[in-house]
Amino acid sequence: MPSSHDWINKPLGVVEAMFAQSNSNPEWEAKVLEYFKGQLKEKESHSWVPSLNDVPLHYLKPNSLVKFRCLVQDMFDPEFYMGVYETVDPSTKANVLRCGKYKDVTECGVDLNSRNTVTAERQTFYCVPIPGESPWAKEISFLSAARVVPSTSYVPSRQKRSYEEDDDDMDTQPQKQREPHTEPHGNGDSKRQETEAPSSQTTTPSDCSSHLDLNFPLPGERGPACLVKVYEGLDSFKLNDTLEIYGILSVNPVLTVLGEEKDPSLLLLNPTESMETPEEQRAHDPPASLVPRLHMLYARPLQHNNPLLPSAPTEDQSAFVSSFLVEMASVRAELLAYLTHVLLGDGLAAEYLLLHLISDVYTRRDVLPLGKFTLNLSGCPLNSYTERLYQIVQQLVPCSYRLSMSLHTMNSMRLVPKKDYVANRLVSGALQLARNTSLFLDETQLEQGQLDSSGVRNITALGNLISWQKVDYDFSYHQMEFPCNINVLVTSEGRSLLPSDCQVPLQPQVTPPNMEEYLTTIHMAQFTSQINKFRVYLSLARTLDYSISDEVTKAVEDDFVDMRKDDPQSVTAEDLHRMLVVARLLSLSLGQTTLSRDGWMRAKHIDMLRRSRTEQQKSLNGNEP
Amino acid sequence: MSSPTSTPGRRKRNRDDIPATPKSTVSPPSQRRRGQDSSNGDLPAMPTSPATDIASPAVHDTSLFSSPKAPSHHLNALREVDMSSPLMYGTPSSRVEGTPRSGVGGTPARQRPDLGSIRKAPQVDLHSEPPSADGAVASEQALGQKLVIWGTDVNVGTCKEKFQRFLQRFIDPTSNEDENAGLDLNEPLYMQKLEEISVVGEPVLNVNCSHVQSFDADLYRQLISYPQEVIPTFDMAVNELFFERFPDSILEHQIQVRPYNALKTRNMRSLNPEDIDQMITISGMVIRTSQLIPEMQEAFFQCQVCAFSTRVEVDRGRIAEPAVCRNCNTTHSLALIHNRSAFSDKQMIKVQESPDDMPAGQTPHTTIVYAHNDLVDKVQPGDRINITGIYRAVPMRENPRQSNVKSVYKTHIDVIHFRKTDEKRLHGLDEDSDQKLFTEERVQILKELASKPDVYDRLSSALAPSIYEHEDIKKGILLQLFGGTRKDFSQTGRGNFRAEVNILLCGDPGTSKSQLLQYVFNLVPRGQYTSGKGSSAVGLTAYVMKDPETKQLVLQTGALVLSDNGICCIDEFDKMSDSTRSVLHEVMEQQTLSIAKAGIICQLNARTSVLAAANPVESQWNPKKTTIENIQLPHTLLSRFDLIFLMLDPQDEAYDRRLAHHLVALYYQSEEQIEEEFLDMAVLKDYIAYARTYINPRLNEEASQALIEAYVDMRKIGSGRGMVSAYPRQLESLIRLAEAHAKVRFSDKVETIDVEEAKRLQREALKQSATDPRTGFVDISILTTGMSATARKRKEEVAQALKKMIQSKGKTPAMKYQQLFDDLRGQSEAAITKDMFEEALRALADEDYLTVTGKTVRLL
Repeated sequence: MPSSHDWINKPLGVVEAMFAQSNSNPEWEAKVLEYFKGQLKEKESHSWVPSLNDVPLHYLKPNSLVKFRCLVQDMFDPEFYMGVYETVDPSTKANVLRCGKYKDVTECGVDLNSRNTVTAERQTFYCVPIPGESPWAKEISFLSAARVVPSTSYVPSRQKRSYEEDDDDMDTQPQKQREPHTEPHGNGDSKRQETEAPSSQTTTPSDCSSHLDLNFPLPGERGPACLVKVYEGLDSFKLNDTLEIYGILSVNPVLTVLGEEKDPSLLLLNPTESMETPEEQRAHDPPASLVPRLHMLYARPLQHNNPLLPSAPTEDQSAFVSSFLVEMASVRAELLAYLTHVLLGDGLAAEYLLLHLISDVYTRRDVLPLGKFTLNLSGCPLNSYTERLYQIVQQLVPCSYRLSMSLHTMNSMRLVPKKDYVANRLVSGALQLARNTSLFLDETQLEQGQLDSSGVRNITALGNLISWQKVDYDFSYHQMEFPCNINVLVTSEGRSLLPSDCQVPLQPQVTPPNMEEYLTTIHMAQFTSQINKFRVYLSLARTLDYSISDEVTKAVEDDFVDMRKDDPQSVTAEDLHRMLVVARLLSLSLGQTTLSRDGWMRAKHIDMLRRSRTEQQKSLNGNEP
Repeated sequence: MSSPTSTPGRRKRNRDDIPATPKSTVSPPSQRRRGQDSSNGDLPAMPTSPATDIASPAVHDTSLFSSPKAPSHHLNALREVDMSSPLMYGTPSSRVEGTPRSGVGGTPARQRPDLGSIRKAPQVDLHSEPPSADGAVASEQALGQKLVIWGTDVNVGTCKEKFQRFLQRFIDPTSNEDENAGLDLNEPLYMQKLEEISVVGEPVLNVNCSHVQSFDADLYRQLISYPQEVIPTFDMAVNELFFERFPDSILEHQIQVRPYNALKTRNMRSLNPEDIDQMITISGMVIRTSQLIPEMQEAFFQCQVCAFSTRVEVDRGRIAEPAVCRNCNTTHSLALIHNRSAFSDKQMIKVQESPDDMPAGQTPHTTIVYAHNDLVDKVQPGDRINITGIYRAVPMRENPRQSNVKSVYKTHIDVIHFRKTDEKRLHGLDEDSDQKLFTEERVQILKELASKPDVYDRLSSALAPSIYEHEDIKKGILLQLFGGTRKDFSQTGRGNFRAEVNILLCGDPGTSKSQLLQYVFNLVPRGQYTSGKGSSAVGLTAYVMKDPETKQLVLQTGALVLSDNGICCIDEFDKMSDSTRSVLHEVMEQQTLSIAKAGIICQLNARTSVLAAANPVESQWNPKKTTIENIQLPHTLLSRFDLIFLMLDPQDEAYDRRLAHHLVALYYQSEEQIEEEFLDMAVLKDYIAYARTYINPRLNEEASQALIEAYVDMRKIGSGRGMVSAYPRQLESLIRLAEAHAKVRFSDKVETIDVEEAKRLQREALKQSATDPRTGFVDISILTTGMSATARKRKEEVAQALKKMIQSKGKTPAMKYQQLFDDLRGQSEAAITKDMFEEALRALADEDYLTVTGKTVRLL
């Protein structure tokens, strides 16, 4: 069983053994990486590694191998460390060569003047759990991790309940705060909350003094943030990458002490200490008990964070895909029916919503992102309909965030990440999201009033995000452009003030007297297995390849020319762009990887339907005085 | 390690009773092994000059006690020690003496904390074993032996001599640096600079490392590898030379050599452990500067019992407090007297990688930089600078209460030289400010590309490949990206000639104008993108702001100034307010911006190309109207655009088919296919940067003839129909375009083909924008005066007809307005609109023939 695996429990032992064998031959570093990669390749072996996402920090063994599913939120400056150093035994005066890699702290008695010291370079990434990860994704990945007994003393039996608590958000916070007092030395659950409390902004009394902002992109997020020390392939990582990192956990309390204890007299005389402002200290050296350090041995970029799909691109994934492809059409029909119910019986809107949910920026041609499909659902009923709609979307996609565009939030919220030069870190904003996150913009919340300058900036940022799929991060002296891949869904009463690729006015076929009840019953009627199928379907459809044959290309061209011939004003290049995207998504949603003539006709057809509907809407509005 | 455990005790006044503390090294030993480098012994044997003795340990060995030193890797002499030596140029105390002084001996040396608090390194003999006992070095010291500074291969004497030779002989006839303005290029450059020092009295000599390199590669290598040993030697050399030449000059302190432009590193990202303790040059942007930090250089202690005073040098940030008073032997009686201690200025500066040289998708790195003495407060946040300095790494503080240490080093740079890269923008002459370093291979690739006959077409199709067709527009933008040759006519009183090409795109909405602008904005390093709707005159030009911290007025520059030497993309040009647009008049022809607000009067350079996009007023382009009527922009502004293109939806079948094909291909082609078809954006970027920096084409004879002919032809076309069809402005833009086209070919000569293409492009643009919709002829006056010549003629005709009609009516002093209009309509064959009628009335009123009051028209 996993407990016998030394490479999980004592990875440093493995590293040191290899270092000792190497006789300072630099090849040992590659060997170490090779070894861990090989171990992780073995079937199931990666699931034996406990995950920081699921297991509370204090249940994990220090210096053991752990994994962390995260987003690279910030990249700190590279640092130089002692890769190899020599220690002197005070009693025997013998010099011993030691390896400093994958460690924060050196052994006793370092000989700083040794000529064998090798300085090496590494970089620190500030990583946070994937923002907006849906509760169901967390829960499933947690449960699957619990199947194998992690190499800790932690028994995760009570975890289930606490995740349910997480679902109903702010209301339960006060109660949670009370909990440690009511049952002081209770079970593991309450302990867990004690440690998590500071990260979720509700500080328990003891933490009040050293309040730490863990810099999560979205408000109300929780979970461990992590300082990941990266040794190899620094250029291959980018900001906002989602990664699964395997590394050695380091929670040495020394790290905290070094950061906190300040002898003022020493500070005065030692110039190196005055380099950093207190803010910077706090941002870069937070207590290890809150922000553990992780020394990366292996990292895997994640295409998606859907725990229901095999994450590794291996043979079993392709097997999984081909087995699912058979079902694809039927699942699609069921999902469409489900969405039609949700959208009050509007089949066309449901079709478009489905296409939107599987859209993905699959490539960029110079500045133009291809494949984005921002949907504007206009004519949404008021009174918490949109809120319920979001909850349903959240149930389907692994990552989502609802931004209620009320005047207050637009004026006060930070959407665009901004560099804080005092603390020397990138202060996150709500638009720093992982790829394929569903961003639900609720414009029905917008009321009349004045946007101040930050509100205007926020709206501009949203507009840029939708039209170019990029966010200009604010570096105060200049802006820096970061491409992103976010699915934006705008719900509004009338036409949205934001640009969109496609607007669908909602035409409810049913008007349930009690909206809440109606939607809840629909939601409850679905079995979990059914919902899971939907989840797999949406994630999978996105990953399929797609191509257009020459023959169909020709047909599409002819079609376009014909349409233009009838009425050149009605069909523009932009329309063709959109129809090509619709055709692509439509084919993929059916599990077809090439565009057929039929698919093209269908795309054209539904686009016609949609356009006639918007025009109808326009004329309706035009008649109004 | 054969360490000189017994470094000969140097003269240590006042320090004899200090318990020698075991030292922790300042710098981490990097992989490079200095001790072994020296064994190469590749230096030519030079007779040791007597000057060597100054620093040689033997001379210093006068103290009775020699504190045993722990084996220290960087056992380098602190300069203070030298200063206390009688052979050195001065002592700290001599600084306070106000006596007039001159000559080497009289001028005080100034500490160079930028080189680190280091001692003058002891020299070791290469051929002998390391000394094993005190004074051993002294005995071995003999002429003819090669002495090098410990841990390096630097021989002080040789090095000094070499540098003096460099100063005396180095001539750089091709120099075009602005610092060297006014110097005779055929005389030794640095001797002239020394002369300048003697006149100006600023004791700093900036030395360009590339000069050193071209003069003596070995000296350069030493300078880069062992800056903290070599630079003091340079100082010594330069001072000797200077005071030999100008024995009477009085300087504040001795001359300090400040090397710059070390070619070692250009990018912050490429700094690595190998660069530690070496001299490097990096570029970056200042993001934060600290307050001034007084750093103690020498602590002053006084005995509380007997008032005996003693001085202690600060060693790596620590003061070893004397435990026992030497005079009265009382223990722990010495107290630090702050105001008699010596301090030096220090400032922490944070520098961030400049956004241009960062890989996409990563965050910029920052580096801490320490400025010392007069370099403090030389730079402000926001400045783009090149820093030359020594890269340092310091281990994290050892906590006495803890046995284990954090295994991380803190790194910083000690600045030797700052060079602002954007400073010159205020002065002009900045061709090299964007200078990017191209590798040999890259240049080869670019040249290869340039030699292809179809390079022009290739590049233009590589531009915004996702936008379909509009070949001529892309070609125009391509030429804009290259720009013309900058010419200076200031001597003849005309000032600078505009070299930038301005382009206006107008056309139907949805014809991907914005996309084209976005592309250009992303392509050029100094591009700005603004929208006419959202920008005010202030945002475009510059505004004055009160700095929240200092309460000082600060001039903040707007988009046009920021895109100096770049391209300013202005979308929705038509939606701009008139006052905003008026700012552009000056920028687009004079290329400057004059500001007079809040007590700040200045003229900023704004040598920016403007790429603007405008939508027609009626949302759809009306082909029956002229450009001016369609976009409603003042003709004064329009005439400043070299090329005005219409981007229209052509609405014809063949075009539709090609468009559809293009779009569909966009959606299904794989990455590789795209790569094959089009040039990489990075190559295009480099190509443009290279051409802009290195290629300055001039007109050759035939090309000038061709231009003259072209201009005359254009004038002729007009004169045949009684109107002017070309103005000097057109000729100027023709020249610019031809030069830009020559740049595309990497050619130093503007030839006839360039002129031909310029002519074609201009004609093409005119055909689109300056065609008189009534006659179908190209009429430049539409753009220059806002009205076509036929329209003007027509106006006159109507006025004459009206006059005739009134005259025919006989003696009627007053007429009804409406009646007159109706009459004229009835009489005239052509349809007469109300506008035309009113214009005619106005024309007649101008002639003092009649006046219009309300609804009646009176004859005068």
